[in-house]
Amino acid sequence: MKIIVLMKQVANKDAILRINKEGTWIEEGDLSFEVNESDGYALEESLRLKEKHGGEVIVCSMGPQRVKTVIKDALARGADRAIHVSGDDLQHLSPYAAANILADAVRDEQPDLIMTGLQSDDYGYAQTGVIMAELLGMPHATIVIEVDASGEQLRVKRELESGWYQWYEMPKPALLTIQSGISQIRYATLKGIMAAKKKEIKEVSPAIDARPSHQRIEKIYLPEKTKQTQFLGNGDAKAGAVALAEKLRNEARVI
Amino acid sequence: MSNGILVFAEHRDGSLNKTSFEAIAAAQSLGAELGQEVSAVLLGSGASGLAEEIAAYALSKVIYAENEKLKEYTPDGYTDAMERVIRAADPQYVIMPHTYLVRDYAPKLAARFGKGLISDCIRAKISDGVVTFTRRIFLGKMDADVVSDGEPPVFATFQSGAYRGDQAQKGSSAAQVETMPVEVGEVRMKPEAPFQEVKQAVDLSKADVIVAIGRGIKSKENIELAEKLAAALGGDIAASRPICDAEWLPIDRQIGSSGQTVAPKLYIALGISGAIQHLVGMKNSGTIVAINKDPEAPIFDIADYGIVGDLFDAVPVLTEEIKKIKEQ
Repeated sequence: MKIIVLMKQVANKDAILRINKEGTWIEEGDLSFEVNESDGYALEESLRLKEKHGGEVIVCSMGPQRVKTVIKDALARGADRAIHVSGDDLQHLSPYAAANILADAVRDEQPDLIMTGLQSDDYGYAQTGVIMAELLGMPHATIVIEVDASGEQLRVKRELESGWYQWYEMPKPALLTIQSGISQIRYATLKGIMAAKKKEIKEVSPAIDARPSHQRIEKIYLPEKTKQTQFLGNGDAKAGAVALAEKLRNEARVI
Repeated sequence: MSNGILVFAEHRDGSLNKTSFEAIAAAQSLGAELGQEVSAVLLGSGASGLAEEIAAYALSKVIYAENEKLKEYTPDGYTDAMERVIRAADPQYVIMPHTYLVRDYAPKLAARFGKGLISDCIRAKISDGVVTFTRRIFLGKMDADVVSDGEPPVFATFQSGAYRGDQAQKGSSAAQVETMPVEVGEVRMKPEAPFQEVKQAVDLSKADVIVAIGRGIKSKENIELAEKLAAALGGDIAASRPICDAEWLPIDRQIGSSGQTVAPKLYIALGISGAIQHLVGMKNSGTIVAINKDPEAPIFDIADYGIVGDLFDAVPVLTEEIKKIKEQ
Protein backbone atom coordinates (compact mmCIF):
# COMPACT_ATOMS: atom_id res chain seq x y z
CA MET A 1 0.00 0.00 0.00
CA LYS A 2 1.35 3.38 -0.99
CA ILE A 3 0.46 6.10 1.51
CA ILE A 4 1.08 9.82 1.18
CA VAL A 5 1.04 11.88 4.37
CA LEU A 6 0.58 15.62 4.11
CA MET A 7 2.26 17.47 6.93
CA LYS A 8 2.27 21.18 7.62
CA GLN A 9 4.69 23.20 9.66
CA VAL A 10 2.99 25.72 11.94
CA ALA A 11 3.98 28.19 14.65
CA ASN A 12 4.95 26.51 17.89
CA LYS A 13 1.97 26.26 20.26
CA ASP A 14 3.79 28.08 23.04
CA ALA A 15 5.21 30.78 20.80
CA ILE A 16 4.30 34.36 21.63
CA LEU A 17 2.70 35.66 18.46
CA ARG A 18 3.42 39.19 17.30
CA ILE A 19 1.42 40.82 14.51
CA ASN A 20 3.41 42.02 11.48
CA LYS A 21 3.64 45.67 10.42
CA GLU A 22 0.99 45.28 7.73
CA GLY A 23 -1.34 43.74 10.31
CA THR A 24 -2.09 40.86 7.98
CA TRP A 25 -0.15 38.01 9.59
CA ILE A 26 2.25 37.27 12.37
CA GLU A 27 5.92 38.17 12.41
CA GLU A 28 7.62 34.94 11.35
CA GLY A 29 11.25 36.03 11.44
CA ASP A 30 12.15 34.84 14.92
CA LEU A 31 9.32 32.38 15.38
CA SER A 32 9.85 28.76 16.36
CA PHE A 33 7.93 26.17 14.36
CA GLU A 34 6.69 22.65 14.89
CA VAL A 35 4.69 20.06 13.01
CA ASN A 36 0.94 20.59 13.01
CA GLU A 37 -0.38 18.38 15.80
CA SER A 38 -2.93 16.28 13.93
CA ASP A 39 -0.53 15.80 10.99
CA GLY A 40 1.83 14.08 13.42
CA TYR A 41 -0.94 11.61 14.19
CA ALA A 42 -1.59 11.12 10.46
CA LEU A 43 2.06 10.14 10.03
CA GLU A 44 1.91 7.74 12.97
CA GLU A 45 -1.21 6.07 11.55
CA SER A 46 0.39 5.72 8.11
CA LEU A 47 3.51 4.12 9.63
CA ARG A 48 1.34 1.65 11.54
CA LEU A 49 -0.58 0.75 8.37
CA LYS A 50 2.69 0.19 6.54
CA GLU A 51 3.95 -2.06 9.34
CA LYS A 52 0.75 -4.08 9.14
CA HIS A 53 0.22 -4.25 5.38
CA GLY A 54 3.57 -3.41 3.83
CA GLY A 55 4.16 -0.71 1.27
CA GLU A 56 5.58 2.74 1.36
CA VAL A 57 5.01 6.01 3.23
CA ILE A 58 5.78 9.24 1.43
CA VAL A 59 5.71 12.46 3.39
CA CYS A 60 4.75 15.64 1.57
CA SER A 61 5.14 19.13 3.01
CA MET A 62 4.67 22.53 1.45
CA GLY A 63 6.43 25.76 2.33
CA PRO A 64 9.84 27.48 2.48
CA GLN A 65 13.11 25.67 3.24
CA ARG A 66 12.33 25.56 6.97
CA VAL A 67 9.71 22.84 6.40
CA LYS A 68 12.61 20.45 5.73
CA THR A 69 12.74 20.11 9.53
CA VAL A 70 9.30 18.52 9.45
CA ILE A 71 10.26 16.33 6.51
CA LYS A 72 13.50 15.12 8.08
CA ASP A 73 11.75 14.36 11.34
CA ALA A 74 9.12 12.30 9.49
CA LEU A 75 11.84 10.41 7.61
CA ALA A 76 13.59 9.71 10.91
CA ARG A 77 10.37 8.30 12.36
CA GLY A 78 10.07 5.89 9.46
CA ALA A 79 8.68 7.55 6.32
CA ASP A 80 10.45 6.17 3.22
CA ARG A 81 10.87 9.27 1.11
CA ALA A 82 9.58 12.81 0.78
CA ILE A 83 8.21 15.44 -1.55
CA HIS A 84 8.95 19.04 -0.63
CA VAL A 85 6.65 21.46 -2.43
CA SER A 86 8.94 24.40 -2.15
CA GLY A 87 8.23 28.12 -2.31
CA ASP A 88 8.24 31.15 -0.09
CA ASP A 89 4.60 32.21 0.03
CA LEU A 90 2.93 28.84 -0.28
CA GLN A 91 1.90 28.67 3.37
CA HIS A 92 -0.45 31.63 2.86
CA LEU A 93 -2.46 30.16 0.01
CA SER A 94 -6.20 29.71 0.30
CA PRO A 95 -7.26 26.12 0.98
CA TYR A 96 -8.44 25.71 -2.62
CA ALA A 97 -5.16 26.96 -4.10
CA ALA A 98 -3.14 24.87 -1.64
CA ALA A 99 -5.17 21.76 -2.43
CA ASN A 100 -4.62 22.30 -6.17
CA ILE A 101 -0.86 22.52 -5.80
CA LEU A 102 -0.68 19.55 -3.45
CA ALA A 103 -2.92 17.48 -5.72
CA ASP A 104 -0.61 18.22 -8.65
CA ALA A 105 2.43 17.31 -6.56
CA VAL A 106 1.15 13.85 -5.58
CA ARG A 107 -1.10 12.86 -8.50
CA ASP A 108 1.54 10.89 -10.45
CA GLU A 109 2.42 8.83 -7.38
CA GLN A 110 -1.01 7.16 -7.63
CA PRO A 111 -1.24 6.51 -3.89
CA ASP A 112 -3.71 4.06 -2.34
CA LEU A 113 -4.25 6.37 0.58
CA ILE A 114 -3.62 10.02 1.37
CA MET A 115 -3.69 11.04 5.01
CA THR A 116 -3.42 14.38 6.75
CA GLY A 117 -4.50 16.05 9.97
CA LEU A 118 -8.06 17.29 10.38
CA GLN A 119 -7.04 20.95 10.41
CA SER A 120 -4.02 23.17 10.80
CA ASP A 121 -3.28 24.95 14.03
CA ASP A 122 -2.55 28.26 12.28
CA TYR A 123 -5.20 29.11 9.67
CA GLY A 124 -7.51 26.36 10.86
CA TYR A 125 -9.41 26.13 7.59
CA ALA A 126 -10.01 22.35 7.90
CA GLN A 127 -10.51 22.08 4.13
CA THR A 128 -7.31 21.34 2.21
CA GLY A 129 -7.58 17.54 2.48
CA VAL A 130 -11.24 17.39 1.50
CA ILE A 131 -10.75 19.70 -1.49
CA MET A 132 -7.78 17.59 -2.60
CA ALA A 133 -9.93 14.46 -2.51
CA GLU A 134 -12.42 16.16 -4.79
CA LEU A 135 -9.69 17.33 -7.18
CA LEU A 136 -8.17 13.85 -7.30
CA GLY A 137 -11.56 12.17 -7.67
CA MET A 138 -11.18 10.17 -4.45
CA PRO A 139 -13.73 9.48 -1.73
CA HIS A 140 -12.80 10.92 1.65
CA ALA A 141 -13.61 10.78 5.34
CA THR A 142 -12.84 13.45 7.93
CA ILE A 143 -12.12 13.36 11.67
CA VAL A 144 -11.04 9.73 11.46
CA ILE A 145 -9.97 7.95 14.64
CA GLU A 146 -9.49 4.37 13.42
CA VAL A 147 -8.48 2.87 10.09
CA ASP A 148 -8.99 -0.74 9.03
CA ALA A 149 -7.23 -1.36 5.73
CA SER A 150 -7.19 -5.17 5.89
CA GLY A 151 -10.03 -5.75 3.42
CA GLU A 152 -10.64 -4.86 -0.20
CA GLN A 153 -12.64 -1.86 1.02
CA LEU A 154 -11.34 0.63 3.53
CA ARG A 155 -13.21 0.84 6.85
CA VAL A 156 -12.80 3.99 8.90
CA LYS A 157 -14.25 5.13 12.20
CA ARG A 158 -15.29 8.76 12.25
CA GLU A 159 -15.86 10.92 15.26
CA LEU A 160 -19.22 12.69 15.31
CA GLU A 161 -20.23 15.30 17.86
CA SER A 162 -20.94 14.74 21.57
CA GLY A 163 -19.38 11.29 21.97
CA TRP A 164 -20.95 9.63 18.90
CA TYR A 165 -19.03 7.62 16.32
CA GLN A 166 -19.72 6.05 12.95
CA TRP A 167 -17.99 3.52 10.71
CA TYR A 168 -17.78 4.19 6.98
CA GLU A 169 -16.73 1.86 4.22
CA MET A 170 -15.23 3.15 0.98
CA PRO A 171 -13.07 2.01 -1.91
CA LYS A 172 -9.39 2.84 -2.26
CA PRO A 173 -7.76 5.14 -3.20
CA ALA A 174 -9.17 7.46 -0.57
CA LEU A 175 -8.21 10.50 1.47
CA LEU A 176 -8.57 10.58 5.25
CA THR A 177 -8.21 13.46 7.68
CA ILE A 178 -7.00 12.21 11.03
CA GLN A 179 -8.07 13.38 14.48
CA SER A 180 -5.42 14.02 17.13
CA GLY A 181 -5.04 11.24 19.68
CA ILE A 182 -5.68 8.33 17.30
CA SER A 183 -2.62 6.56 18.76
CA GLN A 184 0.56 7.26 20.69
CA ILE A 185 3.16 8.92 18.51
CA ARG A 186 6.55 7.20 18.33
CA TYR A 187 9.85 8.99 18.79
CA ALA A 188 12.58 8.96 16.17
CA THR A 189 15.32 6.52 17.09
CA LEU A 190 19.02 7.25 16.60
CA LYS A 191 19.03 4.55 13.94
CA GLY A 192 16.06 6.23 12.29
CA ILE A 193 17.79 9.60 12.31
CA MET A 194 20.89 8.09 10.69
CA ALA A 195 18.83 6.22 8.10
CA ALA A 196 16.88 9.37 7.24
CA LYS A 197 20.00 11.03 5.90
CA LYS A 198 20.04 8.64 2.97
CA LYS A 199 16.36 9.01 2.12
CA GLU A 200 15.22 10.88 -0.97
CA ILE A 201 13.64 14.35 -0.69
CA LYS A 202 12.24 15.38 -4.05
CA GLU A 203 11.82 19.11 -4.38
CA VAL A 204 9.15 20.58 -6.64
CA SER A 205 8.51 24.28 -7.23
CA PRO A 206 4.94 24.88 -8.32
CA ALA A 207 3.63 27.74 -10.39
CA ILE A 208 1.20 29.76 -8.31
CA ASP A 209 -2.24 30.35 -9.72
CA ALA A 210 -2.96 34.07 -9.84
CA ARG A 211 -6.75 33.71 -9.78
CA PRO A 212 -8.66 35.22 -6.81
CA SER A 213 -8.38 33.24 -3.59
CA HIS A 214 -12.01 33.95 -2.65
CA GLN A 215 -10.83 34.85 0.80
CA ARG A 216 -8.44 37.59 1.64
CA ILE A 217 -7.30 38.45 5.14
CA GLU A 218 -7.68 42.18 5.67
CA LYS A 219 -6.21 42.25 9.15
CA ILE A 220 -5.51 40.12 12.18
CA TYR A 221 -5.73 41.23 15.79
CA LEU A 222 -6.01 39.94 19.33
CA PRO A 223 -9.56 38.74 20.02
CA GLU A 224 -11.87 41.30 21.55
CA LYS A 225 -12.50 40.30 25.12
CA THR A 226 -16.03 39.28 25.94
CA LYS A 227 -15.41 39.51 29.67
CA GLN A 228 -13.49 41.92 31.83
CA THR A 229 -10.98 39.64 33.49
CA GLN A 230 -9.70 40.60 36.92
CA PHE A 231 -6.03 39.67 36.95
CA LEU A 232 -4.80 38.77 40.40
CA GLY A 233 -1.36 38.62 41.96
CA ASN A 234 0.33 40.93 39.49
CA GLY A 235 2.73 38.25 38.31
CA ASP A 236 3.08 36.58 41.72
CA ALA A 237 1.14 33.34 41.35
CA LYS A 238 1.07 32.59 45.09
CA ALA A 239 -0.26 36.03 46.00
CA GLY A 240 -2.73 35.63 43.15
CA ALA A 241 -3.97 32.37 44.65
CA VAL A 242 -4.57 33.98 48.04
CA ALA A 243 -6.47 36.86 46.42
CA LEU A 244 -8.42 34.43 44.26
CA ALA A 245 -9.70 32.39 47.23
CA GLU A 246 -10.94 35.60 48.83
CA LYS A 247 -12.66 36.75 45.60
CA LEU A 248 -14.34 33.39 45.07
CA ARG A 249 -15.65 33.54 48.63
CA ASN A 250 -16.71 37.18 48.97
CA GLU A 251 -17.26 38.49 45.45
CA ALA A 252 -18.31 35.57 43.25
CA ARG A 253 -19.74 33.71 46.29
CA VAL A 254 -19.15 30.33 44.74
CA ILE A 255 -17.35 28.72 47.72
CA MET B 1 -27.28 37.43 -11.57
CA SER B 2 -26.63 35.84 -8.24
CA ASN B 3 -28.85 37.05 -5.50
CA GLY B 4 -30.09 36.07 -2.07
CA ILE B 5 -28.83 34.01 0.80
CA LEU B 6 -29.23 30.27 1.00
CA VAL B 7 -28.94 28.69 4.44
CA PHE B 8 -28.25 24.98 4.93
CA ALA B 9 -30.33 23.21 7.58
CA GLU B 10 -28.86 20.08 9.13
CA HIS B 11 -30.85 17.25 10.66
CA ARG B 12 -30.28 13.84 12.19
CA ASP B 13 -32.59 11.14 13.47
CA GLY B 14 -35.66 13.06 12.39
CA SER B 15 -34.90 16.31 14.15
CA LEU B 16 -33.23 19.54 13.16
CA ASN B 17 -29.82 20.22 14.58
CA LYS B 18 -29.91 23.24 16.92
CA THR B 19 -27.05 24.82 15.01
CA SER B 20 -29.40 24.98 12.01
CA PHE B 21 -31.42 27.64 13.84
CA GLU B 22 -28.21 29.52 14.60
CA ALA B 23 -27.37 29.42 10.89
CA ILE B 24 -30.88 30.71 10.07
CA ALA B 25 -30.34 33.56 12.56
CA ALA B 26 -26.98 34.33 10.91
CA ALA B 27 -28.50 34.30 7.43
CA GLN B 28 -31.45 36.47 8.50
CA SER B 29 -29.11 38.99 10.07
CA LEU B 30 -27.02 39.17 6.87
CA GLY B 31 -30.17 39.28 4.74
CA ALA B 32 -31.64 42.20 6.70
CA GLU B 33 -28.46 44.25 6.39
CA LEU B 34 -27.84 43.43 2.75
CA GLY B 35 -31.49 43.75 1.76
CA GLN B 36 -31.48 40.22 0.36
CA GLU B 37 -33.98 37.43 0.62
CA VAL B 38 -33.12 34.38 2.71
CA SER B 39 -34.15 30.90 1.70
CA ALA B 40 -33.29 27.60 3.35
CA VAL B 41 -32.36 24.21 1.96
CA LEU B 42 -32.89 20.83 3.54
CA LEU B 43 -31.67 17.57 2.00
CA GLY B 44 -33.23 14.20 2.70
CA SER B 45 -35.64 11.46 1.87
CA GLY B 46 -39.03 11.36 3.58
CA ALA B 47 -38.09 14.45 5.55
CA SER B 48 -40.72 16.89 4.25
CA GLY B 49 -41.98 17.31 7.83
CA LEU B 50 -38.68 18.92 8.79
CA ALA B 51 -38.90 21.22 5.77
CA GLU B 52 -42.35 22.30 7.01
CA GLU B 53 -40.82 22.95 10.43
CA ILE B 54 -38.22 25.29 8.94
CA ALA B 55 -40.93 27.01 6.90
CA ALA B 56 -42.25 28.53 10.14
CA TYR B 57 -39.24 30.88 10.10
CA ALA B 58 -39.11 34.18 8.22
CA LEU B 59 -37.74 32.84 4.93
CA SER B 60 -38.67 33.52 1.33
CA LYS B 61 -38.89 29.77 0.73
CA VAL B 62 -37.62 26.40 1.82
CA ILE B 63 -36.10 24.14 -0.80
CA TYR B 64 -36.54 20.52 0.13
CA ALA B 65 -34.19 18.53 -2.09
CA GLU B 66 -35.24 14.93 -2.12
CA ASN B 67 -33.56 11.73 -3.21
CA GLU B 68 -33.54 8.21 -1.77
CA LYS B 69 -29.74 8.45 -1.60
CA LEU B 70 -30.03 11.36 0.84
CA LYS B 71 -31.71 9.26 3.52
CA GLU B 72 -28.39 8.97 5.29
CA TYR B 73 -25.67 11.58 5.19
CA THR B 74 -22.73 10.87 2.89
CA PRO B 75 -20.29 13.48 1.54
CA ASP B 76 -20.85 12.29 -2.05
CA GLY B 77 -24.64 12.44 -1.78
CA TYR B 78 -24.83 15.79 0.00
CA THR B 79 -22.28 17.41 -2.32
CA ASP B 80 -24.09 16.34 -5.49
CA ALA B 81 -27.46 17.46 -4.15
CA MET B 82 -26.24 20.80 -2.80
CA GLU B 83 -24.35 21.58 -5.99
CA ARG B 84 -27.56 21.16 -8.00
CA VAL B 85 -29.62 23.22 -5.56
CA ILE B 86 -27.07 26.03 -5.60
CA ARG B 87 -26.77 26.05 -9.39
CA ALA B 88 -30.56 26.29 -9.64
CA ALA B 89 -31.04 28.90 -6.89
CA ASP B 90 -27.93 30.96 -7.80
CA PRO B 91 -27.49 32.59 -4.37
CA GLN B 92 -24.86 35.19 -3.53
CA TYR B 93 -24.15 33.65 -0.12
CA VAL B 94 -24.42 30.10 1.16
CA ILE B 95 -24.49 30.04 4.96
CA MET B 96 -23.92 26.86 6.97
CA PRO B 97 -23.32 25.88 10.59
CA HIS B 98 -19.72 24.77 11.25
CA THR B 99 -20.63 21.26 12.38
CA TYR B 100 -18.68 18.04 11.88
CA LEU B 101 -21.10 17.14 9.07
CA VAL B 102 -20.61 20.44 7.26
CA ARG B 103 -16.83 20.23 7.74
CA ASP B 104 -17.02 16.82 6.10
CA TYR B 105 -18.73 17.78 2.85
CA ALA B 106 -18.80 21.57 2.41
CA PRO B 107 -15.15 21.97 1.27
CA LYS B 108 -15.88 19.39 -1.45
CA LEU B 109 -18.98 21.36 -2.42
CA ALA B 110 -17.13 24.67 -2.55
CA ALA B 111 -14.39 23.01 -4.64
CA ARG B 112 -17.02 22.30 -7.31
CA PHE B 113 -17.33 26.09 -7.59
CA GLY B 114 -13.54 26.51 -7.72
CA LYS B 115 -13.10 27.82 -4.20
CA GLY B 116 -12.98 27.07 -0.48
CA LEU B 117 -15.16 28.08 2.43
CA ILE B 118 -14.77 31.04 4.71
CA SER B 119 -14.95 28.60 7.57
CA ASP B 120 -15.68 28.69 11.28
CA CYS B 121 -16.66 32.38 11.42
CA ILE B 122 -17.55 33.98 14.74
CA ARG B 123 -19.23 37.08 13.32
CA ALA B 124 -19.94 39.04 10.16
CA LYS B 125 -20.07 42.81 9.75
CA ILE B 126 -21.46 44.67 6.79
CA SER B 127 -20.40 48.06 5.58
CA ASP B 128 -21.21 49.52 2.15
CA GLY B 129 -22.63 46.18 1.10
CA VAL B 130 -19.34 44.37 1.76
CA VAL B 131 -19.41 41.54 4.25
CA THR B 132 -16.38 41.16 6.50
CA PHE B 133 -16.24 37.78 8.18
CA THR B 134 -14.24 37.21 11.35
CA ARG B 135 -12.54 33.87 11.93
CA ARG B 136 -10.50 32.62 14.84
CA ILE B 137 -6.97 31.60 13.88
CA PHE B 138 -4.01 30.13 15.79
CA LEU B 139 -6.31 28.02 17.96
CA GLY B 140 -8.14 31.12 19.17
CA LYS B 141 -5.12 33.30 19.91
CA MET B 142 -5.90 35.72 17.07
CA ASP B 143 -8.88 36.89 15.04
CA ALA B 144 -8.74 37.51 11.30
CA ASP B 145 -11.08 39.73 9.31
CA VAL B 146 -11.68 38.11 5.95
CA VAL B 147 -13.41 39.33 2.80
CA SER B 148 -14.31 37.39 -0.30
CA ASP B 149 -12.61 38.63 -3.44
CA GLY B 150 -14.08 36.37 -6.09
CA GLU B 151 -17.31 35.60 -7.87
CA PRO B 152 -20.40 34.46 -5.97
CA PRO B 153 -21.50 32.27 -4.36
CA VAL B 154 -19.58 32.96 -1.16
CA PHE B 155 -19.59 29.94 1.15
CA ALA B 156 -19.36 30.71 4.85
CA THR B 157 -19.76 28.55 7.94
CA PHE B 158 -20.46 29.90 11.42
CA GLN B 159 -19.17 28.49 14.65
CA SER B 160 -21.64 27.06 17.15
CA GLY B 161 -22.75 29.89 19.43
CA ALA B 162 -21.80 32.69 17.02
CA TYR B 163 -25.49 33.46 16.64
CA ARG B 164 -28.31 32.51 18.96
CA GLY B 165 -30.78 29.99 17.64
CA ASP B 166 -33.62 31.53 19.66
CA GLN B 167 -33.07 34.76 17.73
CA ALA B 168 -34.01 33.14 14.45
CA GLN B 169 -37.18 35.00 13.46
CA LYS B 170 -40.45 33.24 12.79
CA GLY B 171 -42.48 34.37 9.80
CA SER B 172 -45.97 35.86 9.95
CA SER B 173 -47.10 33.00 7.75
CA ALA B 174 -45.44 29.76 6.73
CA ALA B 175 -42.88 30.02 3.94
CA GLN B 176 -43.51 28.05 0.79
CA VAL B 177 -41.85 24.63 0.69
CA GLU B 178 -40.55 23.82 -2.77
CA THR B 179 -39.90 20.10 -3.14
CA MET B 180 -37.12 19.54 -5.62
CA PRO B 181 -36.36 16.00 -6.77
CA VAL B 182 -32.60 16.14 -7.08
CA GLU B 183 -30.18 13.97 -9.00
CA VAL B 184 -27.42 12.29 -7.05
CA GLY B 185 -24.57 10.41 -8.71
CA GLU B 186 -22.63 7.43 -7.40
CA VAL B 187 -22.23 7.40 -3.62
CA ARG B 188 -18.92 5.70 -2.87
CA MET B 189 -19.02 5.60 0.91
CA LYS B 190 -21.32 3.31 2.88
CA PRO B 191 -22.15 4.56 6.36
CA GLU B 192 -22.97 2.19 9.20
CA ALA B 193 -25.26 3.20 12.07
CA PRO B 194 -23.86 5.85 14.44
CA PHE B 195 -23.15 4.61 17.97
CA GLN B 196 -21.88 5.73 21.36
CA GLU B 197 -18.69 4.06 22.51
CA VAL B 198 -19.50 3.25 26.09
CA LYS B 199 -22.15 4.80 28.20
CA GLN B 200 -20.43 7.75 29.76
CA ALA B 201 -19.54 6.82 33.30
CA VAL B 202 -19.16 10.42 34.40
CA ASP B 203 -21.80 13.05 33.75
CA LEU B 204 -20.02 16.35 34.26
CA SER B 205 -23.01 18.36 33.10
CA LYS B 206 -24.44 18.14 36.63
CA ALA B 207 -21.25 19.23 38.42
CA ASP B 208 -21.31 22.51 40.41
CA VAL B 209 -17.56 22.90 40.45
CA ILE B 210 -15.11 21.68 37.81
CA VAL B 211 -11.33 21.84 37.97
CA ALA B 212 -10.04 21.27 34.44
CA ILE B 213 -6.49 20.64 33.40
CA GLY B 214 -4.68 21.17 30.11
CA ARG B 215 -1.22 20.76 28.65
CA GLY B 216 0.22 23.04 31.32
CA ILE B 217 -0.08 20.23 33.88
CA LYS B 218 2.94 18.71 32.10
CA SER B 219 2.81 15.14 33.46
CA LYS B 220 0.36 12.55 34.68
CA GLU B 221 1.88 12.64 38.18
CA ASN B 222 1.02 16.33 38.50
CA ILE B 223 -2.70 15.67 38.12
CA GLU B 224 -2.80 14.91 41.84
CA LEU B 225 -2.33 18.63 42.45
CA ALA B 226 -5.52 19.43 40.57
CA GLU B 227 -7.35 16.53 42.23
CA LYS B 228 -6.53 17.96 45.65
CA LEU B 229 -7.95 21.33 44.60
CA ALA B 230 -11.09 19.65 43.24
CA ALA B 231 -11.45 17.68 46.49
CA ALA B 232 -11.13 20.86 48.58
CA LEU B 233 -13.87 22.47 46.49
CA GLY B 234 -16.06 19.37 46.41
CA GLY B 235 -15.81 19.42 42.63
CA ASP B 236 -15.01 17.16 39.73
CA ILE B 237 -11.84 16.89 37.71
CA ALA B 238 -11.97 17.34 33.94
CA ALA B 239 -9.55 18.02 31.11
CA SER B 240 -8.99 19.43 27.67
CA ARG B 241 -8.46 17.08 24.75
CA PRO B 242 -4.64 16.61 24.84
CA ILE B 243 -4.84 15.21 28.37
CA CYS B 244 -7.37 12.56 27.35
CA ASP B 245 -5.48 11.86 24.12
CA ALA B 246 -2.41 11.11 26.23
CA GLU B 247 -4.66 8.85 28.36
CA TRP B 248 -3.77 10.70 31.55
CA LEU B 249 -7.50 10.94 32.23
CA PRO B 250 -10.32 8.86 30.71
CA ILE B 251 -12.20 10.30 27.75
CA ASP B 252 -15.37 10.79 29.79
CA ARG B 253 -13.55 13.62 31.59
CA GLN B 254 -13.03 15.55 28.37
CA ILE B 255 -14.67 18.97 27.96
CA GLY B 256 -15.27 20.47 24.53
CA SER B 257 -16.77 19.87 21.12
CA SER B 258 -15.78 16.22 21.03
CA GLY B 259 -16.41 15.70 24.76
CA GLN B 260 -18.95 17.01 27.25
CA THR B 261 -20.57 20.42 27.39
CA VAL B 262 -20.75 21.80 30.91
CA ALA B 263 -21.94 24.91 32.74
CA PRO B 264 -20.95 24.61 36.41
CA LYS B 265 -21.14 27.48 38.90
CA LEU B 266 -17.35 27.52 39.08
CA TYR B 267 -14.92 26.41 36.37
CA ILE B 268 -11.22 26.51 37.12
CA ALA B 269 -8.97 26.05 34.07
CA LEU B 270 -5.41 25.07 34.96
CA GLY B 271 -2.84 25.28 32.19
CA ILE B 272 -5.52 25.31 29.50
CA SER B 273 -4.82 27.74 26.67
CA GLY B 274 -8.44 27.79 25.54
CA ALA B 275 -8.68 26.48 21.98
CA ILE B 276 -12.11 27.03 20.47
CA GLN B 277 -12.89 23.32 20.70
CA HIS B 278 -12.50 23.54 24.47
CA LEU B 279 -14.23 26.89 24.94
CA VAL B 280 -17.45 25.77 23.26
CA GLY B 281 -17.76 23.10 25.92
CA MET B 282 -17.49 25.39 28.96
CA LYS B 283 -18.02 29.04 28.06
CA ASN B 284 -21.46 29.14 29.68
CA SER B 285 -20.03 28.36 33.12
CA GLY B 286 -20.95 30.78 35.91
CA THR B 287 -17.60 31.95 37.25
CA ILE B 288 -14.55 31.11 35.16
CA VAL B 289 -11.05 31.12 36.61
CA ALA B 290 -7.95 30.69 34.49
CA ILE B 291 -4.42 30.05 35.68
CA ASN B 292 -1.91 30.09 32.84
CA LYS B 293 1.64 31.26 32.33
CA ASP B 294 0.84 32.74 28.89
CA PRO B 295 -0.85 36.14 29.33
CA GLU B 296 -2.14 35.92 25.74
CA ALA B 297 -3.86 32.55 26.23
CA PRO B 298 -7.40 32.81 24.79
CA ILE B 299 -8.85 31.28 27.95
CA PHE B 300 -8.37 34.72 29.59
CA ASP B 301 -10.84 36.21 27.08
CA ILE B 302 -13.67 34.47 28.84
CA ALA B 303 -12.27 34.31 32.39
CA ASP B 304 -13.70 36.33 35.27
CA TYR B 305 -10.54 35.87 37.30
CA GLY B 306 -7.09 35.23 35.96
CA ILE B 307 -3.70 34.46 37.38
CA VAL B 308 -0.80 34.83 34.99
CA GLY B 309 1.84 32.56 36.38
CA ASP B 310 2.97 29.08 37.20
CA LEU B 311 0.09 26.82 38.18
CA PHE B 312 2.50 24.76 40.29
CA ASP B 313 2.97 27.82 42.51
CA ALA B 314 -0.66 28.91 42.52
CA VAL B 315 -2.59 25.66 42.95
CA PRO B 316 -1.15 24.39 46.29
CA VAL B 317 -1.69 27.83 47.83
CA LEU B 318 -5.20 28.06 46.42
CA THR B 319 -6.02 24.59 47.78
CA GLU B 320 -4.84 25.54 51.27
CA GLU B 321 -6.71 28.87 51.21
CA ILE B 322 -9.91 27.14 50.17
CA LYS B 323 -9.53 24.54 52.91
CA LYS B 324 -9.14 27.37 55.44
CA ILE B 325 -12.27 29.11 54.16
CA LYS B 326 -14.27 25.88 54.21
CA GLU B 327 -13.20 25.18 57.81
CA GLN B 328 -14.39 28.57 59.02
